[in-house]
Amino acid sequence: MQSKPFAITLKPGTSLANLTGTWRTERPVYLDRLPPCNHACPAGENIQGWLFHAESGDYEQAWRSLVENNPLPAVMGRVCYHPCEGACNRGQLDESVGINSVERFLGDEAIKRNWQFDAPAAATGKRVLVVGAGPSGLSAAYHLARLGHQVEIQEAGPLAGGMMRFGIPKYRLPREVLDAEVQRILNLGVKLTLNAKVDNIEDSMQQGNFDAAFLAVGAHIAKRTYIPSGDAAHIVDAVSVLRSMEGEDKPMLGRRVVVYGGGNTAIDVARTAKRLGATEAIIVYRRTREKMPAHDFEVEEALQEGVMIKWLSTIKQADEGSLTVEKMVLDDKGVPQPTGEFETMEADSLVLALGQDVDLSLLEGVSGLEINNGTVQVASNMMTGHAGIFAGGDMVPSERTVTVAVGHGKKAARHIDAWLNGTTYQPAPKHELADFGKLNPWYYSDADKTVRPMLDIIRRQTSFDEVQGGLNETNALFEARRCLSCGNCFECDNCYGVCPDNAVIKLGAGKGFQFNYDYCKGCGLCVAECPCGAIKMVAEET
Amino acid sequence: MSFQPVKFYQTGTYTVGNRLLTPEEHSVQSGQSRNNSINSGHRACQGCGEALGARYAIDAAMAESHGQLIAANATGCLEVFSTPYPESSWQVPWIHSLFGNAPAVATGIAAAMKVKGKHDVRVVAQGGDGGTTDIGFGCLSGMFERNDDVLYICYDNQAYMNTGVQRSSATPPAARTATTMPVGAEPGNAFGQGKNLPEIAMAHGIPYVATATVADLRDLEYKVRKAMNIRGARYIHLFVPCPLGWGTASHDTIRMARYAKESGLFPVFEAEHGEVTGVLKIRHKISVEEYMQPQKRFAHLFGKHAHPETVARIQAIADRNIRKYGLLDQEEVA
Repeated sequence: MQSKPFAITLKPGTSLANLTGTWRTERPVYLDRLPPCNHACPAGENIQGWLFHAESGDYEQAWRSLVENNPLPAVMGRVCYHPCEGACNRGQLDESVGINSVERFLGDEAIKRNWQFDAPAAATGKRVLVVGAGPSGLSAAYHLARLGHQVEIQEAGPLAGGMMRFGIPKYRLPREVLDAEVQRILNLGVKLTLNAKVDNIEDSMQQGNFDAAFLAVGAHIAKRTYIPSGDAAHIVDAVSVLRSMEGEDKPMLGRRVVVYGGGNTAIDVARTAKRLGATEAIIVYRRTREKMPAHDFEVEEALQEGVMIKWLSTIKQADEGSLTVEKMVLDDKGVPQPTGEFETMEADSLVLALGQDVDLSLLEGVSGLEINNGTVQVASNMMTGHAGIFAGGDMVPSERTVTVAVGHGKKAARHIDAWLNGTTYQPAPKHELADFGKLNPWYYSDADKTVRPMLDIIRRQTSFDEVQGGLNETNALFEARRCLSCGNCFECDNCYGVCPDNAVIKLGAGKGFQFNYDYCKGCGLCVAECPCGAIKMVAEET
Repeated sequence: MSFQPVKFYQTGTYTVGNRLLTPEEHSVQSGQSRNNSINSGHRACQGCGEALGARYAIDAAMAESHGQLIAANATGCLEVFSTPYPESSWQVPWIHSLFGNAPAVATGIAAAMKVKGKHDVRVVAQGGDGGTTDIGFGCLSGMFERNDDVLYICYDNQAYMNTGVQRSSATPPAARTATTMPVGAEPGNAFGQGKNLPEIAMAHGIPYVATATVADLRDLEYKVRKAMNIRGARYIHLFVPCPLGWGTASHDTIRMARYAKESGLFPVFEAEHGEVTGVLKIRHKISVEEYMQPQKRFAHLFGKHAHPETVARIQAIADRNIRKYGLLDQEEVA
């Protein structure tokens, strides 16, 4: 206690002697929570992290942050089915953030400005063979190269890209975009050998003196089904139709094309047929639109372009110029059942899009492998039953999308790296989820999603020009700034401002904040008013 | 023209700071060099709206006067918790005399500065709703009437809190206080009594009157800075929820202030020479029930022995405010 006469001047700020932190029963602590977008991303992108840089207009840093997990943003920004947007908390406020469109903008910006990846780590002297230059193989090669390993990709086909080139039509993924992103990976020193089918993986590893292998041969053998057919019936499979689109000779499908199947490939091939000049492109599918595995927006786009879909139908017989179709009904369990009602439809060709199998011939004689339902079984570290041989992408059991494949490639690369070093890779424990209830949405400006431009319908029906346009710099910035930064501080200064006790210390731009527990009374205002849920209260130890 | 929020920058100006704004657009409170006019170690309750409001307002006044500020304080919570002998939390020249004379003390200081030719030294007076609407009302009205060069800030927490939550003339109808118990046919504080001080201030025709809440910092800072650039008598009525007196959770102080504004019960506006010149629109309208239900002082209106007719009367007050001040903008109604 100072010795002062009563009712006389007190020195300014002397209340600092009174440590009000002793009143506290709970204390606020800063934390990072897992944003739902990151949680949903099959490629394991830190979406909130790269959007943070895009928000301030630092697109190069945003891109660099993005490619730490995924080397194909321009591809991804076009072909990914963006589960991130489905999980986005902003969807509960107005509409989800257009993550996919910002990703594409960053990818295109990188191509335009010729940004290259950061140089790889110091060479380890280890050699890794990657079989297949699809999304999974390219992703693994990229991550392994950045970790300092020497990587060679052996690809059976004449060009890199796998299903990104031979499955996804040009109107969804222009080839120059794919070429640019593949070349950037090769620029890291990855060796790509084309037209080099691996017949026996163990021989190839031995010949090339490889320390480990990552198999990503994909699934490109079309599944067949038995359809009684006359000699003159023209039946082809969707995989070969889409593959031949990349060659000199375009497939001859005729004027009336029927596609059998309900997946994204069926949609792709029907839209392709339309562009090749078919007057009618009809998808025959045995269930209903709600049950269709194809993504709804793709179905919608196909319908816009004049593709027709015959629901609840199976093909019983194919003859020259016509098909016999049986009507189906869904039973109580949603399984289609035959009705015995038949009809005939005209068709110059029938394209089967019934799924794909994996060509497993390269694995013959390899010990320890487990094959189940035509796919290679892998452990949680992506390693097959044979030590040193890892696998990913469509050839292992999982959802078959480019994004999942890219995620496999990254995950496998990390485990291969650890395996080569004689250790095991331990992923960092996941933070708790930043669900909508953790946010204080009051603080976010009202802003509707930016809609990407679409090519006009005539050009969509007659050309292979890209259907969906991109964002420009202005609306990409706007879209990035719609991000709520769920669970991660974005330095809004709210905690620093709302503390009645001046017990939050602002450390300066980029450095965040710190509590001054000498004076924090534990009122919890900072937690309640944190927009993004990056603070929580924890009980004081008694 | 009222405060114009900046939109489309993630949180715009809704948050205290925003790394995406230009330096000129930053708030005083977001700055590392803010004055912290009322520093740590004060003895206000956890989550005190008044302590927060005082730092917001006086820091803004300090910034605008370049540190040339003298504050006179009425008796009340703010005075008691900030200066328990022999300590002071204040980091501005600050004087306390009596409960009822803060406006007169401030008038005297302003006169002294004028005589000494210190035109750059500005004067604020501040008090709670008791010291302003009841006990200091005569002095305040005189200060307005003489148009003395003082900015008076009333921190309104709607009752006498530090003496044990007694009713003031700013206590809202139906609220429970120690002197308006929830008994009888019309429990809690009576309807139709009390004073609307911002409107009384406007009736004096003084250059500037404004209301604000601790939930809208940027609006408050805008009003303090605007007031500091005007000479003559100015009045800011700042709505500061009180966890103790209202029976709310300490972390709900800002939410309560936001709800008071969003329900229309506390209209946020500014007026020049007796004429309303701008209002802060309601962003997401809520019912008065949403505002009142978390507060224990209104608990007797809800639950088993509910008084829906009383809630309806309070809703009518909010609706009248919305009409009177034009608080709802068709475009803004989302």
